[in-house]
Amino acid sequence: MRRVAGVNAPGRTDLPVLKPYDVKAVTPDGYIFTRWVATLPWWTPALVVLAALLWPLIASAQSGYTVYDAFDALWRWSPFLLWSGFFFNVLISVFAMAIGTVFGAALGLGQISPNRVLRLAAWFFTQLFRNSPWLVILFIVLLAFPFQVKVFGVTIPIPDWMKGVIGLSLPIMANISEVVRGAVQSVPTAQWEAAESLAFSRRQILWQIILPQCYKRMLPPWMNWYAILTMATPLCTLLGIEEVITLSRQAMEAEDNHPELLVPFYGFILILFFAYCYPIARFTMRLEKKYAVKL
Amino acid sequence: MTWTPDQPIVSLKDVRKSFGDLEVLKGVSFDVMKGEVICIIGPSGSGKSTLIRCINGLNDIQAGSITVEGQEVHDPKLDKLELRKKVGMVFQQYNLFPHKTALQNVMMAPVLVLKEDKAEVERRARALLAKVRLQGKEDSYPGELSGGQQQRVAIARSLAMNPDVMLFDEVTAALDPETVKEVLVTIRELAEEGMTCMLVTHEMGFAREVADHIYFTDRGVIVEHGPPSTFFTDAKDPRTQEFLGQIL
Repeated sequence: MRRVAGVNAPGRTDLPVLKPYDVKAVTPDGYIFTRWVATLPWWTPALVVLAALLWPLIASAQSGYTVYDAFDALWRWSPFLLWSGFFFNVLISVFAMAIGTVFGAALGLGQISPNRVLRLAAWFFTQLFRNSPWLVILFIVLLAFPFQVKVFGVTIPIPDWMKGVIGLSLPIMANISEVVRGAVQSVPTAQWEAAESLAFSRRQILWQIILPQCYKRMLPPWMNWYAILTMATPLCTLLGIEEVITLSRQAMEAEDNHPELLVPFYGFILILFFAYCYPIARFTMRLEKKYAVKL
Repeated sequence: MTWTPDQPIVSLKDVRKSFGDLEVLKGVSFDVMKGEVICIIGPSGSGKSTLIRCINGLNDIQAGSITVEGQEVHDPKLDKLELRKKVGMVFQQYNLFPHKTALQNVMMAPVLVLKEDKAEVERRARALLAKVRLQGKEDSYPGELSGGQQQRVAIARSLAMNPDVMLFDEVTAALDPETVKEVLVTIRELAEEGMTCMLVTHEMGFAREVADHIYFTDRGVIVEHGPPSTFFTDAKDPRTQEFLGQIL
């Protein structure tokens, strides 16, 4: 191992030494998923369709139900799957993202608070929800939340899909919290010092000087988490929420559960998600590149 | 205890400051009178910047006392914001706010901190930018300005708060040689107008020209000091002689 004076060998000076650091070790790539999606060529879904066409041709030789019947069924069901199913997934993702962003921003600011108790509490909740499996969080929310709450004598029902939104917003909240903390800490401390020298209060420095510099660099990771969240919305089918997976299973049941239906139906869902997330992924990577240079 | 202008505006008494086990200031004392210009020179790592950062409370001290206009800087009861309204500071790396234009950089603190009238602040900010010869650059962002221009915006930004003392922390060290002059000219004008200035600098020629008093620091102490007329020619301490020998 290379010996570096002041790091793993006795210092040659009594002055403070800036230790060298490994850039890769301190900045884990949070974009693995988005980067992968963004690098796919746009015609990837066409391959899926082709595979979907070829597979039943081989499989369905002996049964009376052909691949054409299966695609016919899909054709009839597709508007329903799109408007009632997939758009519900989008709705869930938008709500979960909105809630996760608001609470995540608050939690992230808590993590950089000068108040030690607040900082530790915010750190704890961030780590808790960031490192728990999403499905476990979803089930806990489903089982732990009442199906209705009474506020000032008014009974407000909490439908299952709302619980799904809350369950998905919790890990998003935790990850947005980290995004906010990371962005604020990426602003050089010299900016804080310059503002302090001009007699700005801490609150003013944060809101007027530091955060306005952060919005741009928070946008790509924020979009990255939105794409991940959207891809995670099918988890809600396990809660019995009538989103696209649940509905397509019901549709296939209505079509007598022919095995030939599986690939066209799930392939269709795959294309829907791809069509929705692909532009987001491409756009995210473009912004990421654009803002990465200007620090 | 009220401060009157015939007393030192900045007074340091046996100031000690450590970073962990490393003591960077080992008992520094000196006084600065109103309207005086002092330069602190010395080799790298001698504690010059630390010293100047202690005066507006950016760094805390372990022992001793620093007063600005009679107020103890490191009194826990002191409102640091009130102190910083009186003490302006300019940094080596300019530290302008990159998301604001030059004019906005200058206007921000008076509007948000001093709560002054926006139109009046804008008038003053434009005048200050003209004073540092940056007319026409009001709407430029820091990224569009050269180092020397950014540093002059930073000086205007500090002046907009109408400080009583200005601290300059190696303000020309990051500049290209040809832009150093434009910044030094600005500082010299300030000094001639009677602004109390404390400069950490490596520009010996400039120090000789503008300073009323020069302090030479090495390893956390003031080794020698004097007016420039005698300091550069009659240095007595061998450390001072060695330092001056290297750079003059």
